[in-house]
Amino acid sequence: MCSIVYQIFYNKLGAEPVDKIINHFGEWTLIFIFLTLSMSPLKKITNSTVWIKFRRMLGLFVFFYASIHLLSYVGLDYRFDFQPILNDVLKKKFVFIGFAAWLLLIPLAITSSNKMMKILKHNWKKIHRLIYVIGIFGVLHFIWLSKTIFFKPLIFLVILIILLLFRVSFRRSSSKV
Amino acid sequence: MKILSSQITPEKIYKNRRKFIKQLGLASGAMYFSPGLISNSKSANNLTDYNYVTTYNNYYEFGTGKSDPAQYSKDFISDPWSITIDGEVDRKITLSMDEIKKMFPSEERIYRLRCVEGWSMVIPWMGFPLNKLLEKANPNSKAKYVEFESVLDPEQMRGQRYPILDWPYKEGLRIDEAMHPLTIMVTGLYGKELPNQNGSPIRLMVPWKYGFKSAKAIVKISFVEKMPTSSWMKASPREYGFYSNVNPKVDHPRWSQATERVIGEGILSPRIPTLMFNGYEEEVAHLYKDMDLRKFY
Repeated sequence: MCSIVYQIFYNKLGAEPVDKIINHFGEWTLIFIFLTLSMSPLKKITNSTVWIKFRRMLGLFVFFYASIHLLSYVGLDYRFDFQPILNDVLKKKFVFIGFAAWLLLIPLAITSSNKMMKILKHNWKKIHRLIYVIGIFGVLHFIWLSKTIFFKPLIFLVILIILLLFRVSFRRSSSKV
Repeated sequence: MKILSSQITPEKIYKNRRKFIKQLGLASGAMYFSPGLISNSKSANNLTDYNYVTTYNNYYEFGTGKSDPAQYSKDFISDPWSITIDGEVDRKITLSMDEIKKMFPSEERIYRLRCVEGWSMVIPWMGFPLNKLLEKANPNSKAKYVEFESVLDPEQMRGQRYPILDWPYKEGLRIDEAMHPLTIMVTGLYGKELPNQNGSPIRLMVPWKYGFKSAKAIVKISFVEKMPTSSWMKASPREYGFYSNVNPKVDHPRWSQATERVIGEGILSPRIPTLMFNGYEEEVAHLYKDMDLRKFY
């Protein structure tokens, strides 16, 4: 974050500054999704609940970065010219799925407070499982916009699969118990 | 691209440009009223900074990142080098780089390069028309297409150690496209030797097609009867067709091709509209008349 602000300020973004800004926030959105998804595996592995405290903050970072990512695409790249944007959202699957992922983030951000947790009770957990869908959408978004899957999109896909496999194996081991 | 001399900054290019315009046989009157020029912003016709031309490009032989070519091609040795012309020819020939340079004096051509990813640069290439080279081999009547093969050298090219594309890189043109006077073989840029990252020692440049059609580090040119399958067609036939002409009306299946970002412009500069055949419509549209360019993308 600091580095991109510095780069914007000092005109160090290189050949395609707008692209770089959009990609920077997009990549970090995915990284924060991965960090968010790492917290409960870490809890299981280390047998410590300390990780869960970070989860909300990381989740809100996801929303924050995704929103700047979207805003820089809409504002910097397309100058709030909504006709071509609408065209992209409807016709281009990578834009569609990325936008869908951002929409799905909204309810998670809104229901992130302790108060909402209490109000929603066990429904809260159900709603927040949306993060798995968001993670899949986010990685697909990255794969579909890239010319080839080599190498970054592939690395992101592998990380996502590992994080999701943790869920499967937890469920299995807990059902045995 | 048609260029007003007043619109280009570096003075050293000026004289060559007059030559270039004459060579293209463009009537100067037509240039000043060219709709292509008016619809583009003034800055869109400025030469792209040498730094960007040589540090920001795609050359998957050296990696998939935009800065990989500059970073990982530093030690690439392209000497000695030769090009073999074979296939449907009267006589197969092999020419060394030295012979090529002696036989075909290089001239400057300022072209816009439009990448399929949606960005563009304006680059002063040094080179010579491909047709001069092809004529040396006397293609026979079966020759309908020209296939270009780039060097295969995984020792020197780290990208070729991975199955990113089907190596060696292959591209192709229809014979009339290959013989078109705008199609050139490039041996330099900005008046200097062609840098490794831009396809040293010799590459193709077809200005009305997306950048990937202009194969780099070419070692073999074959005349063939059937339409060759390029590396990108093999990788994704739905997305990369044989022709790959710049066309704002035919989108890449995954992204729009209507506009492009001009490399080297600041964060506040807008995208510019992409021009039909990258602005070379007048010169090349006749090659494709009666063809459905949506079908033959």
